[in-house]
Amino acid sequence: MDDWSPKLETYLDGELSASEMRTLDAHLRTCPSCAADVLSLIQTKRAIQSAGKRYSPTPEFRERMRKSIASKPRRSPIRMWIGVTAAVALLLVVGFVTSSVRQQQIERQQTFSELADLHVATLASANPVDVISTDRHTVKPWFQGKLPFTFNLPELQDSEFTLVGGRVTYLGQAPGAELIYQIRKHQISVFIFQDRAAGRGLESSSQSQKELSFNIESWAHDGLRYFVIGDASGSDIHALADLLKKAS
Amino acid sequence: MPLFDQLYNFAHWLAQDRTEAEDLVQEAYVKALKGFSSFQPGTNFRAWMYRILRNTFLTSRTGLKPTATVAIDSDDSPELPAGPETPETILIDNSQHQLLQAAIDALPVHFREVLLLCEVEEMSYQEIAETLSIPIGTVMSRLSRARRTLRASLQQKLVRT
Repeated sequence: MDDWSPKLETYLDGELSASEMRTLDAHLRTCPSCAADVLSLIQTKRAIQSAGKRYSPTPEFRERMRKSIASKPRRSPIRMWIGVTAAVALLLVVGFVTSSVRQQQIERQQTFSELADLHVATLASANPVDVISTDRHTVKPWFQGKLPFTFNLPELQDSEFTLVGGRVTYLGQAPGAELIYQIRKHQISVFIFQDRAAGRGLESSSQSQKELSFNIESWAHDGLRYFVIGDASGSDIHALADLLKKAS
Repeated sequence: MPLFDQLYNFAHWLAQDRTEAEDLVQEAYVKALKGFSSFQPGTNFRAWMYRILRNTFLTSRTGLKPTATVAIDSDDSPELPAGPETPETILIDNSQHQLLQAAIDALPVHFREVLLLCEVEEMSYQEIAETLSIPIGTVMSRLSRARRTLRASLQQKLVRT
Protein backbone atom coordinates (compact mmCIF):
# COMPACT_ATOMS: atom_id res chain seq x y z
CA MET A 1 0.00 0.00 0.00
CA ASP A 2 1.18 3.48 -0.80
CA ASP A 3 2.30 5.67 2.02
CA TRP A 4 0.02 8.64 1.68
CA SER A 5 1.08 10.59 4.75
CA PRO A 6 3.54 12.91 2.93
CA LYS A 7 0.83 13.68 0.43
CA LEU A 8 -1.96 14.49 2.83
CA GLU A 9 -1.07 18.15 3.07
CA THR A 10 -0.79 18.54 -0.68
CA TYR A 11 -4.13 16.76 -0.87
CA LEU A 12 -5.71 19.27 1.48
CA ASP A 13 -4.16 22.14 -0.45
CA GLY A 14 -5.99 20.74 -3.47
CA GLU A 15 -2.76 20.41 -5.39
CA LEU A 16 -2.59 16.68 -6.11
CA SER A 17 -3.21 15.57 -9.64
CA ALA A 18 -6.81 14.68 -10.41
CA SER A 19 -6.08 10.96 -10.49
CA GLU A 20 -4.16 11.08 -7.21
CA MET A 21 -7.01 13.04 -5.67
CA ARG A 22 -9.48 10.32 -6.63
CA THR A 23 -7.23 7.54 -5.40
CA LEU A 24 -6.65 9.26 -2.08
CA ASP A 25 -10.36 10.02 -1.69
CA ALA A 26 -10.99 6.31 -2.02
CA HIS A 27 -8.13 5.44 0.30
CA LEU A 28 -9.37 7.75 3.06
CA ARG A 29 -12.67 5.89 3.15
CA THR A 30 -10.90 2.68 4.03
CA CYS A 31 -7.94 3.86 6.13
CA PRO A 32 -8.89 5.18 9.60
CA SER A 33 -5.35 6.25 10.38
CA CYS A 34 -5.03 8.46 7.32
CA ALA A 35 -8.55 9.76 7.85
CA ALA A 36 -7.67 10.80 11.39
CA ASP A 37 -4.52 12.50 10.18
CA VAL A 38 -6.48 14.38 7.56
CA LEU A 39 -9.00 15.48 10.12
CA SER A 40 -6.33 16.87 12.39
CA LEU A 41 -4.55 18.50 9.46
CA ILE A 42 -7.79 20.19 8.48
CA GLN A 43 -8.15 21.52 12.01
CA THR A 44 -4.58 22.80 11.98
CA LYS A 45 -5.17 24.39 8.62
CA ARG A 46 -8.29 26.12 9.88
CA ALA A 47 -6.50 27.22 13.02
CA ILE A 48 -3.64 28.71 11.03
CA GLN A 49 -6.09 30.36 8.71
CA SER A 50 -7.93 32.09 11.49
CA ALA A 51 -4.79 32.84 13.46
CA GLY A 52 -3.24 34.20 10.28
CA LYS A 53 -6.00 36.74 9.85
CA ARG A 54 -4.54 38.61 12.70
CA TYR A 55 -3.98 42.15 11.66
CA SER A 56 -6.30 44.67 10.19
CA PRO A 57 -5.44 48.19 9.14
CA THR A 58 -6.42 50.97 11.49
CA PRO A 59 -9.23 53.23 10.32
CA GLU A 60 -6.76 56.12 10.28
CA PHE A 61 -4.40 54.26 7.99
CA ARG A 62 -7.24 53.20 5.72
CA GLU A 63 -8.34 56.81 5.48
CA ARG A 64 -4.81 58.03 4.87
CA MET A 65 -4.33 55.47 2.11
CA ARG A 66 -7.63 56.29 0.51
CA LYS A 67 -6.65 59.93 0.37
CA SER A 68 -3.17 59.33 -0.96
CA ILE A 69 -4.41 56.83 -3.52
CA ALA A 70 -7.25 59.13 -4.44
CA SER A 71 -4.92 62.06 -4.99
CA LYS A 72 -2.12 60.17 -6.68
CA PRO A 73 -4.30 58.17 -9.01
CA ARG A 74 -6.03 61.35 -9.98
CA ARG A 75 -2.81 62.03 -11.79
CA SER A 76 -2.05 58.40 -12.43
CA PRO A 77 -5.24 57.40 -14.22
CA ILE A 78 -4.96 60.54 -16.29
CA ARG A 79 -1.44 59.57 -17.15
CA MET A 80 -2.65 56.08 -17.81
CA TRP A 81 -5.41 57.48 -19.99
CA ILE A 82 -2.92 59.62 -21.81
CA GLY A 83 -0.90 56.48 -22.37
CA VAL A 84 -3.90 54.54 -23.51
CA THR A 85 -5.09 57.38 -25.70
CA ALA A 86 -1.64 57.77 -27.18
CA ALA A 87 -1.46 54.06 -27.87
CA VAL A 88 -4.86 54.03 -29.52
CA ALA A 89 -4.01 57.16 -31.49
CA LEU A 90 -0.76 55.61 -32.58
CA LEU A 91 -2.56 52.50 -33.71
CA LEU A 92 -5.06 54.61 -35.61
CA VAL A 93 -2.32 56.67 -37.22
CA VAL A 94 -0.34 53.57 -38.15
CA GLY A 95 -3.51 51.99 -39.46
CA PHE A 96 -4.43 55.14 -41.32
CA VAL A 97 -0.96 55.57 -42.79
CA THR A 98 -0.82 51.92 -43.76
CA SER A 99 -4.25 52.03 -45.32
CA SER A 100 -3.61 55.36 -47.01
CA VAL A 101 -0.29 54.08 -48.34
CA ARG A 102 -2.17 51.04 -49.50
CA GLN A 103 -4.87 53.26 -50.96
CA GLN A 104 -2.23 55.31 -52.73
CA GLN A 105 -0.70 52.19 -54.22
CA ILE A 106 -4.07 51.05 -55.46
CA GLU A 107 -4.84 54.44 -57.01
CA ARG A 108 -1.44 54.63 -58.64
CA GLN A 109 -1.89 51.14 -59.99
CA GLN A 110 -5.29 52.07 -61.39
CA THR A 111 -3.94 55.22 -63.03
CA PHE A 112 -1.06 53.36 -64.60
CA SER A 113 -3.18 50.57 -65.92
CA GLU A 114 -5.70 53.03 -67.39
CA LEU A 115 -2.83 54.82 -69.11
CA ALA A 116 -1.51 51.54 -70.41
CA ASP A 117 -5.00 50.89 -71.81
CA LEU A 118 -5.12 54.34 -73.41
CA HIS A 119 -1.70 53.86 -74.92
CA VAL A 120 -2.63 50.47 -76.38
CA ALA A 121 -5.98 51.78 -77.64
CA THR A 122 -4.24 54.66 -79.39
CA LEU A 123 -1.74 52.43 -81.09
CA ALA A 124 -4.48 50.01 -82.14
CA SER A 125 -6.56 52.78 -83.61
CA ALA A 126 -6.71 53.34 -87.36
CA ASN A 127 -6.17 57.03 -86.64
CA PRO A 128 -3.79 57.08 -83.75
CA VAL A 129 -3.35 60.82 -83.79
CA ASP A 130 -5.64 63.73 -84.65
CA VAL A 131 -2.84 66.06 -85.51
CA ILE A 132 -0.19 64.49 -87.62
CA SER A 133 2.97 66.42 -87.42
CA THR A 134 6.58 66.02 -86.52
CA ASP A 135 6.74 69.70 -85.76
CA ARG A 136 6.14 70.63 -82.16
CA HIS A 137 5.20 74.12 -83.35
CA THR A 138 2.27 72.59 -85.21
CA VAL A 139 1.25 70.16 -82.50
CA LYS A 140 1.27 72.50 -79.55
CA PRO A 141 -1.01 75.16 -81.05
CA TRP A 142 -3.41 72.46 -82.19
CA PHE A 143 -4.32 71.83 -78.53
CA GLN A 144 -5.31 75.49 -78.07
CA GLY A 145 -8.91 75.72 -77.06
CA LYS A 146 -9.12 71.97 -76.65
CA LEU A 147 -7.40 71.82 -73.25
CA PRO A 148 -7.67 74.02 -70.19
CA PHE A 149 -3.87 74.22 -69.93
CA THR A 150 -0.81 74.58 -72.12
CA PHE A 151 2.60 72.94 -72.15
CA ASN A 152 5.98 73.04 -73.87
CA LEU A 153 7.36 70.31 -76.04
CA PRO A 154 11.03 69.58 -76.40
CA GLU A 155 13.33 70.23 -79.32
CA LEU A 156 14.19 66.80 -80.75
CA GLN A 157 16.86 67.64 -83.27
CA ASP A 158 19.71 66.08 -81.36
CA SER A 159 17.79 63.04 -80.18
CA GLU A 160 16.62 59.79 -81.67
CA PHE A 161 12.99 60.62 -80.90
CA THR A 162 10.57 61.85 -83.46
CA LEU A 163 7.18 63.36 -82.77
CA VAL A 164 4.40 61.52 -84.58
CA GLY A 165 1.44 63.62 -83.55
CA GLY A 166 -1.06 64.26 -80.83
CA ARG A 167 -4.66 63.86 -79.75
CA VAL A 168 -6.96 64.84 -76.95
CA THR A 169 -7.59 62.10 -74.43
CA TYR A 170 -9.34 61.67 -71.11
CA LEU A 171 -8.31 60.21 -67.79
CA GLY A 172 -10.79 60.14 -64.96
CA GLN A 173 -13.12 62.54 -66.79
CA ALA A 174 -10.30 65.08 -67.16
CA PRO A 175 -9.09 66.11 -70.60
CA GLY A 176 -5.42 65.87 -71.45
CA ALA A 177 -2.94 65.73 -74.26
CA GLU A 178 -1.57 62.52 -75.64
CA LEU A 179 1.53 62.89 -77.76
CA ILE A 180 3.00 60.03 -79.72
CA TYR A 181 6.73 59.84 -80.08
CA GLN A 182 8.70 57.28 -81.92
CA ILE A 183 12.13 55.90 -81.29
CA ARG A 184 13.38 53.25 -83.65
CA LYS A 185 10.24 51.06 -84.07
CA HIS A 186 8.81 51.83 -80.66
CA GLN A 187 5.95 54.18 -80.13
CA ILE A 188 5.75 56.04 -76.90
CA SER A 189 2.80 57.94 -75.51
CA VAL A 190 3.30 61.09 -73.51
CA PHE A 191 0.24 62.04 -71.48
CA ILE A 192 -0.17 65.45 -69.97
CA PHE A 193 -2.99 66.17 -67.54
CA GLN A 194 -3.69 68.63 -64.80
CA ASP A 195 -2.05 67.15 -61.74
CA ARG A 196 -5.09 67.52 -59.46
CA ALA A 197 -7.15 65.46 -61.93
CA ALA A 198 -4.66 62.73 -62.73
CA GLY A 199 -2.20 62.75 -59.87
CA ARG A 200 -4.13 60.37 -57.60
CA GLY A 201 -1.75 58.20 -55.63
CA LEU A 202 1.26 59.77 -57.27
CA GLU A 203 4.05 61.73 -55.73
CA SER A 204 5.26 64.92 -57.33
CA SER A 205 8.76 63.56 -57.59
CA SER A 206 9.57 61.43 -60.55
CA GLN A 207 8.76 57.78 -60.38
CA SER A 208 9.06 54.97 -62.82
CA GLN A 209 7.40 51.64 -62.86
CA LYS A 210 6.45 48.77 -65.07
CA GLU A 211 2.81 48.15 -65.87
CA LEU A 212 1.87 45.14 -68.02
CA SER A 213 5.54 45.25 -69.02
CA PHE A 214 5.19 48.80 -70.33
CA ASN A 215 7.70 51.18 -68.87
CA ILE A 216 6.11 54.18 -67.28
CA GLU A 217 7.62 57.32 -65.94
CA SER A 218 5.61 60.00 -64.24
CA TRP A 219 6.25 63.35 -62.62
CA ALA A 220 4.49 66.58 -61.84
CA HIS A 221 5.59 70.04 -62.81
CA ASP A 222 3.82 73.38 -62.48
CA GLY A 223 0.48 71.73 -61.83
CA LEU A 224 0.76 69.41 -64.78
CA ARG A 225 1.12 65.68 -64.51
CA TYR A 226 3.27 63.97 -67.13
CA PHE A 227 3.30 60.31 -68.00
CA VAL A 228 5.62 58.66 -70.46
CA ILE A 229 4.60 55.14 -71.35
CA GLY A 230 5.66 52.67 -73.98
CA ASP A 231 7.22 49.34 -74.77
CA ALA A 232 10.60 51.00 -75.36
CA SER A 233 13.35 50.30 -72.89
CA GLY A 234 13.38 52.00 -69.53
CA SER A 235 16.35 54.09 -70.53
CA ASP A 236 14.57 55.35 -73.70
CA ILE A 237 11.52 56.24 -71.65
CA HIS A 238 13.76 58.00 -69.20
CA ALA A 239 15.58 59.90 -71.97
CA LEU A 240 12.29 61.17 -73.38
CA ALA A 241 11.10 62.10 -69.91
CA ASP A 242 14.30 64.08 -69.44
CA LEU A 243 13.76 65.98 -72.68
CA LEU A 244 10.21 66.86 -71.65
CA LYS A 245 11.33 67.98 -68.20
CA LYS A 246 13.94 70.26 -69.73
CA ALA A 247 11.41 71.76 -72.11
CA SER A 248 8.78 72.46 -69.51
CA MET B 1 -8.31 49.67 -2.98
CA PRO B 2 -8.18 46.06 -4.03
CA LEU B 3 -6.73 43.55 -1.56
CA PHE B 4 -6.09 46.29 0.98
CA ASP B 5 -6.99 44.35 4.13
CA GLN B 6 -5.28 41.15 3.02
CA LEU B 7 -2.16 42.98 1.93
CA TYR B 8 -2.04 44.84 5.19
CA ASN B 9 -2.35 41.62 7.17
CA PHE B 10 0.43 40.01 5.15
CA ALA B 11 2.64 43.09 5.49
CA HIS B 12 2.14 43.14 9.24
CA TRP B 13 3.06 39.47 9.48
CA LEU B 14 6.20 40.11 7.48
CA ALA B 15 7.30 43.26 9.22
CA GLN B 16 5.93 42.34 12.66
CA ASP B 17 5.36 46.00 13.29
CA ARG B 18 2.35 48.19 12.61
CA THR B 19 4.10 51.37 11.48
CA GLU B 20 6.39 49.46 9.24
CA ALA B 21 3.53 47.42 7.81
CA GLU B 22 1.69 50.64 6.99
CA ASP B 23 4.77 52.00 5.24
CA LEU B 24 5.13 48.79 3.28
CA VAL B 25 1.52 48.77 2.13
CA GLN B 26 1.63 52.41 1.16
CA GLU B 27 4.85 52.00 -0.78
CA ALA B 28 3.56 48.86 -2.46
CA TYR B 29 0.44 50.67 -3.69
CA VAL B 30 2.48 53.59 -4.96
CA LYS B 31 4.78 51.18 -6.78
CA ALA B 32 1.85 49.24 -8.16
CA LEU B 33 0.20 52.37 -9.50
CA LYS B 34 3.42 53.65 -10.96
CA GLY B 35 4.32 50.31 -12.44
CA PHE B 36 0.85 49.36 -13.56
CA SER B 37 2.09 49.25 -17.12
CA SER B 38 4.42 46.41 -16.13
CA PHE B 39 1.42 44.31 -15.12
CA GLN B 40 0.70 41.90 -17.92
CA PRO B 41 -3.03 41.48 -18.41
CA GLY B 42 -4.02 37.86 -18.17
CA THR B 43 -1.46 37.12 -15.49
CA ASN B 44 -2.39 36.88 -11.84
CA PHE B 45 -3.11 40.33 -10.41
CA ARG B 46 -3.10 39.11 -6.82
CA ALA B 47 0.28 37.42 -7.20
CA TRP B 48 1.58 40.58 -8.83
CA MET B 49 0.41 42.78 -5.94
CA TYR B 50 1.80 40.43 -3.31
CA ARG B 51 5.07 40.23 -5.18
CA ILE B 52 5.38 44.01 -5.13
CA LEU B 53 4.59 44.09 -1.43
CA ARG B 54 7.06 41.34 -0.69
CA ASN B 55 9.82 42.90 -2.78
CA THR B 56 9.18 46.16 -0.98
CA PHE B 57 9.57 44.28 2.27
CA LEU B 58 12.75 42.55 1.17
CA THR B 59 14.40 45.86 0.41
CA SER B 60 13.15 47.48 3.62
CA ARG B 61 15.12 47.78 6.81
CA THR B 62 13.50 44.78 8.48
CA GLY B 63 13.48 42.80 5.31
CA LEU B 64 17.16 43.00 4.60
CA LYS B 65 18.14 40.96 7.61
CA PRO B 66 15.97 37.92 6.99
CA THR B 67 16.85 37.77 3.30
CA ALA B 68 20.50 37.47 4.15
CA THR B 69 19.67 34.36 6.10
CA VAL B 70 17.29 32.94 3.51
CA ALA B 71 20.18 32.51 1.13
CA ILE B 72 22.13 30.48 3.61
CA ASP B 73 19.16 28.54 4.89
CA SER B 74 18.57 26.76 1.61
CA ASP B 75 15.56 24.62 0.92
CA ASP B 76 17.45 21.37 0.75
CA SER B 77 19.16 21.64 4.09
CA PRO B 78 19.05 18.45 6.16
CA GLU B 79 15.67 17.23 7.26
CA LEU B 80 14.47 18.28 10.66
CA PRO B 81 14.63 15.46 13.13
CA ALA B 82 11.34 13.63 13.03
CA GLY B 83 9.70 14.38 16.33
CA PRO B 84 7.33 12.08 18.09
CA GLU B 85 4.53 14.48 17.27
CA THR B 86 1.80 13.44 14.95
CA PRO B 87 -0.83 15.88 13.76
CA GLU B 88 -3.39 14.60 16.25
CA THR B 89 -1.23 15.56 19.18
CA ILE B 90 -1.52 19.21 18.34
CA LEU B 91 -5.20 19.77 17.86
CA ILE B 92 -5.59 23.41 18.39
CA ASP B 93 -8.55 25.12 19.92
CA ASN B 94 -9.27 28.80 20.23
CA SER B 95 -7.55 29.13 23.56
CA GLN B 96 -4.35 28.24 21.82
CA HIS B 97 -4.86 30.87 19.18
CA GLN B 98 -2.19 33.13 20.58
CA LEU B 99 0.18 30.25 20.94
CA LEU B 100 -0.23 29.50 17.28
CA GLN B 101 0.27 33.12 16.32
CA ALA B 102 3.44 33.26 18.34
CA ALA B 103 4.65 30.10 16.66
CA ILE B 104 3.99 31.55 13.20
CA ASP B 105 5.74 34.73 14.24
CA ALA B 106 8.72 32.70 15.35
CA LEU B 107 9.07 31.05 11.94
CA PRO B 108 11.84 32.30 9.68
CA VAL B 109 10.34 34.80 7.29
CA HIS B 110 10.62 32.54 4.21
CA PHE B 111 8.61 29.88 6.03
CA ARG B 112 6.17 32.39 7.45
CA GLU B 113 5.36 33.94 4.08
CA VAL B 114 4.84 30.67 2.25
CA LEU B 115 2.62 29.35 5.01
CA LEU B 116 0.53 32.51 5.15
CA LEU B 117 0.13 32.71 1.39
CA CYS B 118 -1.06 29.11 1.36
CA GLU B 119 -3.25 28.97 4.46
CA VAL B 120 -4.51 32.51 4.88
CA GLU B 121 -4.55 33.82 1.34
CA GLU B 122 -5.42 30.37 0.05
CA MET B 123 -3.21 30.82 -2.97
CA SER B 124 -2.51 27.92 -5.27
CA TYR B 125 1.05 26.65 -5.45
CA GLN B 126 1.27 28.31 -8.83
CA GLU B 127 0.26 31.68 -7.40
CA ILE B 128 2.70 31.30 -4.53
CA ALA B 129 5.44 30.45 -6.99
CA GLU B 130 4.63 33.62 -8.94
CA THR B 131 4.47 35.75 -5.83
CA LEU B 132 7.76 34.53 -4.41
CA SER B 133 9.43 34.09 -7.80
CA ILE B 134 10.45 30.52 -7.03
CA PRO B 135 9.67 27.22 -8.76
CA ILE B 136 6.62 25.21 -7.70
CA GLY B 137 8.85 22.43 -6.44
CA THR B 138 10.47 24.87 -4.06
CA VAL B 139 7.05 26.08 -2.94
CA MET B 140 6.11 22.51 -2.04
CA SER B 141 9.30 21.69 -0.18
CA ARG B 142 9.37 25.01 1.62
CA LEU B 143 5.73 24.72 2.60
CA SER B 144 6.25 21.23 3.92
CA ARG B 145 9.25 22.31 5.94
CA ALA B 146 7.38 25.34 7.24
CA ARG B 147 4.57 23.12 8.46
CA ARG B 148 6.94 20.70 10.07
CA THR B 149 8.83 23.50 11.79
CA LEU B 150 5.60 25.02 13.02
CA ARG B 151 4.43 21.69 14.34
CA ALA B 152 7.70 21.13 16.15
CA SER B 153 7.63 24.54 17.73
CA LEU B 154 4.00 24.17 18.78
CA GLN B 155 4.84 20.84 20.27
CA GLN B 156 7.53 22.46 22.39
CA LYS B 157 5.26 25.29 23.47
CA LEU B 158 2.49 22.87 24.35
CA VAL B 159 4.85 20.79 26.39
CA ARG B 160 6.02 23.89 28.22
CA THR B 161 2.53 25.09 29.03
